[in-house]
Amino acid sequence: MDQHQEQHHAHHLHLPHGPSEPTHTEFHVVSPKVYLLVGTALLILTFSTAAISYVDLGVFNAVVALAIACLKMSLVVLFFMHVKYSSRLTKLTVAAGFFTFLVLITMTMTDYISRAWGRW
Amino acid sequence: MDNTLAAQTAETGHLEHDHPPFLRHHFENLTQQREAATFGMWLFLLTEIMFFGGMFCAYLIYRNWYYPAFVAGSHSLHIWAGTLNTTLLIISSFTMAMGVHAAETRQRKPLLRWMVITMILGFGFLCVKAYEWHDEWVEHHVPGLNFSPEQFITGTKAYPDDKLPLDMAEKTQVYFSLYFAMTGMHALHMIIGISLLAFLFVRARAGAYTNGHIAPIENFGLYWHFVDIVWIFLFPLLYLISRHQ
Repeated sequence: MDQHQEQHHAHHLHLPHGPSEPTHTEFHVVSPKVYLLVGTALLILTFSTAAISYVDLGVFNAVVALAIACLKMSLVVLFFMHVKYSSRLTKLTVAAGFFTFLVLITMTMTDYISRAWGRW
Repeated sequence: MDNTLAAQTAETGHLEHDHPPFLRHHFENLTQQREAATFGMWLFLLTEIMFFGGMFCAYLIYRNWYYPAFVAGSHSLHIWAGTLNTTLLIISSFTMAMGVHAAETRQRKPLLRWMVITMILGFGFLCVKAYEWHDEWVEHHVPGLNFSPEQFITGTKAYPDDKLPLDMAEKTQVYFSLYFAMTGMHALHMIIGISLLAFLFVRARAGAYTNGHIAPIENFGLYWHFVDIVWIFLFPLLYLISRHQ
């Protein structure tokens, strides 16, 4: 009787303990081996970019150079910046950043391309 | 009552409850505090993406409009300097990540060592940059100051086919303006980063970041990696425009 009353009393005083938003993510310490691997890959990609620029690929020189740069950026973001091991909030924030950047570039380009200035 | 008053500390003015002093009271727990700080740092980095993005967009447009001028301008840069700088920054990102690891595993001396190496690498980058900028000055490539289009009309020893008509030769000024603006803004970010790192080093020496309070080191790491990423894109766009021609 007493216990039941106490529980009932407790419910009135405290906030309801329903399912709460996850306020914590696993604290994941990335191993130095991973860093070493990623760093080596980045260096290899750097020398590849410089070397490939001496090969004539026509218009694809720029495409390949930017593709390698995007790959390097992904490695830095996912591993050095820990985004692969981060919470969904962080991942969403990074994705939102890329999306907004794409909007910045494409919308500016549509403005310029649609002008009859004789440039394009 | 007296005991409670005595138990209050001089600094906090309230009872010592069991949380580390660096957990601020408007956060529920350490993990949430860390998460909030990281979120805020990423939001700042997003604004930086937009900031550099504007200049990248200008580069994109002008490179399309004046491609021969951009080719000639890019050929006048030292590819060894650009590759060396990229290498220095990538290694510095590695050392910074190792520093974060040292902070996470509460190793003070390794953290200090990694921070010093990162600073040295960053400073090395700036030295190479300074040499390059001096070179551009000597070769009359600085728009508005001492620019001369002559080299782009007659061609160079390394690229004798880089002969442009006068109006396109003048457009290399657009390339060099973007070169100085983008590498200058990047170098400013490097200087700010190295200065911040020096300040963090002093605090780290006092043990401020090897007691569980890793957020400042982590979030500075995010900034440093971001500056590295900007350079990762600057390198091919500025230095590697059709080197085969």
